[in-house]
Amino acid sequence: MPAFILSRLLQAVPVLLVVGFIAYAMFAFVGDPVQIMLGQDYTEVQRQALIHDLGLDQPFFVQYAKFMWRAVHGDFGISYRLARPVSGLIAERLPATLELSVTATVLSLAVGLPMGVYTGVYRRSWLARGFMVFSLAGISLPTFLTGILLILCFSVWLGWLPSFGRGDVEHIGAWWTTGFLTLSGIKALVLPAITLGLFQMTLIMRLVRAEMLEVLRTDYIKFARARGLTDRSIKFGHALRNTMVPVITIVGLQLGMIIAFSLVTETVFQWPGMGLLFIQSVGVADIPVMSAYLLLIAVVFVVINLVVDLLYYAVDPRLRIERSNAQAGR
Amino acid sequence: MSGARSAGRLARALDSDLFYSFRRSPVAVLSGAVALLLVLGAVLAPMIAPHDPFDLASLNLMDSLLPPVFLDGGEWTFPLGTDNQGRDMLSGIMYGARISLTVGVSAVAFAVIVGTVLGLLAGYAGGAIDALLMRIADVQLTFPAILIALLVDGVIRAVVPKDVHEQIEVYVLIFAIGISRWPQFARTARGSTLVERNKDYVMAARVIGLSSFRIMLSHILPNVIGPVLVIFTLTLGLAILDEATLSFLGVGLPPTQPSLGTLIRIGNDFLFSGEWWVTIFPGMALVAMVLSINLLGDWLRDALNPRLR
Repeated sequence: MPAFILSRLLQAVPVLLVVGFIAYAMFAFVGDPVQIMLGQDYTEVQRQALIHDLGLDQPFFVQYAKFMWRAVHGDFGISYRLARPVSGLIAERLPATLELSVTATVLSLAVGLPMGVYTGVYRRSWLARGFMVFSLAGISLPTFLTGILLILCFSVWLGWLPSFGRGDVEHIGAWWTTGFLTLSGIKALVLPAITLGLFQMTLIMRLVRAEMLEVLRTDYIKFARARGLTDRSIKFGHALRNTMVPVITIVGLQLGMIIAFSLVTETVFQWPGMGLLFIQSVGVADIPVMSAYLLLIAVVFVVINLVVDLLYYAVDPRLRIERSNAQAGR
Repeated sequence: MSGARSAGRLARALDSDLFYSFRRSPVAVLSGAVALLLVLGAVLAPMIAPHDPFDLASLNLMDSLLPPVFLDGGEWTFPLGTDNQGRDMLSGIMYGARISLTVGVSAVAFAVIVGTVLGLLAGYAGGAIDALLMRIADVQLTFPAILIALLVDGVIRAVVPKDVHEQIEVYVLIFAIGISRWPQFARTARGSTLVERNKDYVMAARVIGLSSFRIMLSHILPNVIGPVLVIFTLTLGLAILDEATLSFLGVGLPPTQPSLGTLIRIGNDFLFSGEWWVTIFPGMALVAMVLSINLLGDWLRDALNPRLR
């Protein structure tokens, strides 16, 4: 097991190095930091001194190594647009994005799983057909349109829920802020979380339904029935458990999509998270923020992939046996 | 002569298995009809649109934000209402769909060309080239395509001066979306190339002494293109959504060349004052377009899959 984790981590290193290289290349070749920092009046001597101070006269790969070294220590430079350290900006926005993404994921699992099981088990009932039509709408609506429609219904017409911002937030510790503890914070979270989670919810539902239909047809379900197990134990103990491997893969991969589409949701709802920061930075070509976001996202994706692999291991006993056989064979 | 031949071809196409399975599937016929309607509306927009939204002389601010015809105050001159500058929504949507389709189709065509060429190369050459290209594809596939497109768009925005950038934005978008979607095509093309490479006809071509370039292009490519075309349809829906999303986020097409995404973005500002039609109608057009293309793609995939026959 530790060997497995280690090998996955080693595979992640080249990915991170490549992404870091792209992030650094953006730094090095897009825009001229010397020009930006010097302004209008300067002498050639001042320019050379600044170039030397910034380390820009060193070989490319030395600079790249230094960039990665600083990035590992959480130093991403200073935002061109806001003239503040990028790490501070991101730390400020991180809680908002994390709260939104986690709420959306939990919501989509809590609603999508039962709906999928229901439509798989009672697939001819009217409610199940209604769910399927609903899921078609959920899959074909683009995220930003879902957000707009929800705002139109619940903010403009009904006036029940706020349409932008995070509401009142409580501070926990030095830099963490949360909206979970105030009523306005929770109200503000409802629409963005539904918007962000809807696509994933319908995807989970359709996937669980398809897997349930597949599994319920297999021989071991027939044997379980022959043994006289209760309906409940067959459906949840045997069938549902065996649908979990593909569901975990998709949920894991979709967590990445949730982070990507939190960009869109945050723009629609003016949610003060990292996605909004990134979009604002793309609009004015604020390279330090863009490359820091890129690196951060790369780390998140690598971690998600690792966790997904470990979960397989926990859910599917066959993998454990195959792996130990393979190692014994070697 | 050529007329008779094309008529014969048409008759053969109408008699084919593919067309038969198309007629048998109500979903495919319906979504085909919707897609055809939208494409015709978009392509013929300059001829059949009731107004020209780019003709500034014909715009009248007195007509701005008129509701659609079925609401109080609506007029038949503007069946779906008008936007904040008095532009007819129906015409705006037709021209917007035109731009959305142009960007979507061009971006996917770009991705197909890049992906197929690199996939062929990787599959046929093997070795280090294969390993390098596929690792790049793997790394790129770890990230959602929309992020890659955003990043490419942002970098180009930083490199190119602002006034030039506005003129070339369409091409920037095509490039950004195309480059974000090539790995799927490369993987598919590579997979099929690996199968085809060891078949007898390729061996024969090699024995005659044809160059690798010629073998790849005129022998392997025709046998690889089928699966690639199925993904083309499925990716087209995604690419149109990518463009709409980028334009909605404000890093896509400017209001002077509005796509459906730009129209939705403009309309979003009027949501709170009750003028919902400025954003909902382009949104409905976008959903109808993407949904019909996706359903057609699903049908095509199943129809061409021999295992499902």
